Amino acid sequence: MNWDWSAVADFLPKFWDGVLTTLQALVLGSLISFTLGLVWAIAFRAPTRFIRWPVGLITEFIRNTPLLVQLFFLYFVLPEWGIQFSALTTGVIAIGLHYSTYTAQVYRAGIDAVPAGQWEAATALSLPARRTWFAVILPQAFRRVVPALGNYVVAMLKDTPLLMSIGVLELLQQARLEGAATFQYTEPLTVVGIAFIVIAYPASLLLRSLERRLVR
Amino acid sequence: MSADTNPLAKDLANPPVDGSELIRFDKVTKRFGATTVLDELDFSVASGKHVTLIGPSGSGKTTILRLLMTLTRPDEGTIKVNGDYLTHEEKNGRLVPAGEKHIREVRKNIGMVFQQFNLFPNMKVLRNITEAPVTVLGMSKDEAEERARELLDMVGLADRCDAYPTQLSGGQQQRVAIARALAMRPQVLLLDEVTSALDPELVAGVLDVLRDIARSTDITMLCVTHEMNFARDISDQVLMFDSGRVIESGTPEKIFGDPEQDRTREFLSAVL
Repeated sequence: MNWDWSAVADFLPKFWDGVLTTLQALVLGSLISFTLGLVWAIAFRAPTRFIRWPVGLITEFIRNTPLLVQLFFLYFVLPEWGIQFSALTTGVIAIGLHYSTYTAQVYRAGIDAVPAGQWEAATALSLPARRTWFAVILPQAFRRVVPALGNYVVAMLKDTPLLMSIGVLELLQQARLEGAATFQYTEPLTVVGIAFIVIAYPASLLLRSLERRLVR
Repeated sequence: MSADTNPLAKDLANPPVDGSELIRFDKVTKRFGATTVLDELDFSVASGKHVTLIGPSGSGKTTILRLLMTLTRPDEGTIKVNGDYLTHEEKNGRLVPAGEKHIREVRKNIGMVFQQFNLFPNMKVLRNITEAPVTVLGMSKDEAEERARELLDMVGLADRCDAYPTQLSGGQQQRVAIARALAMRPQVLLLDEVTSALDPELVAGVLDVLRDIARSTDITMLCVTHEMNFARDISDQVLMFDSGRVIESGTPEKIFGDPEQDRTREFLSAVL
């Protein structure tokens, strides 16, 4: 096995496209999972079981079925009902939705860890529910959940190669196509593997510094 | 502090203090599981009065405050504040469990200070105090801040506006909590063992602030405390609780000096 630098050079243009696509999927997927997870977590505490039960059921269902199955479902089944997105959009939605059921549990733990006295003080001051959530409870919960959310961002990054299964040209797909076209798999796959570390490591450093700043 | 410099004096004069009935419990029963904490409790408090609830722990004193603050609901019976049902509302001439909106309206008249302070740790001291007046009473930010500074001055913490609660001692936090409750201009102030979580040397500062409020305002106070000297100082009336009932009530002179019930005597000799 010989390492061929020219194969690396040839791969670079496609590699950058792949980096861009992977980062797009990661950033948008994270945003969806962070917001949607918060919606689920607040719904878990809804005053009526007509919200709590369906939300519990839906999130458990999504959490306990494989992301790959969800990807295929969204990409191949939804068009039969006239709902069609591009491969990347579908991938972002699937990964965001899937991970939102994990982040929901993270938020839930963070919210549960806010002392009951905080809710009571908010009640005693007659703060409206919205204000209680956004000014009192969530700011305290967020500090506790940042490290756990960060772990899911890294996990999400490592799940982005699944998107190649519906034809998204992310990093791994680019490497596979390059290998198939040139019969040189070693260089593209190695470069892609390194790229994942290079993205993941600064991301966790960033989260760690954020964590330090939030935890007073 | 004289009445004309006290920021509370001018604000809290608005609820009429005519000695009329402000709080009424009518056959209120509260159970937790198999335990009956309050047993068909009847009692009332006249406006402007300072009432202290004493009795052994588990006798239901704190539950009364929590019921008034709507942190828990009674199983049976009714509670009225200022003539309005707190737990129920009248619809088509029938009494039905109160909706959230009704509860909020009646609850605005009530403020509470907790044993564990429960300040919002994510907000600076000033914002802890202005948050509710701005968002609930619709006060302008400037007005709320000016008032918050007056209240902080009154509790001796004028210089700590920009501190976070965790940077304060327990006694300071509790004084901020008192200012926060007063900022809502409640007619009734509920004090739930407000010195129990404090280091002994910090208790006096908090009690001094409360004495000052009791003396210089017309605010009605309902106080659960184990500080019998404080109870004697500020109370117009002392209620002795045991097993979810009021077994004796009267002026502090009578309850502390010459109680009628053996149970009261026994309790006082244990705590004094």
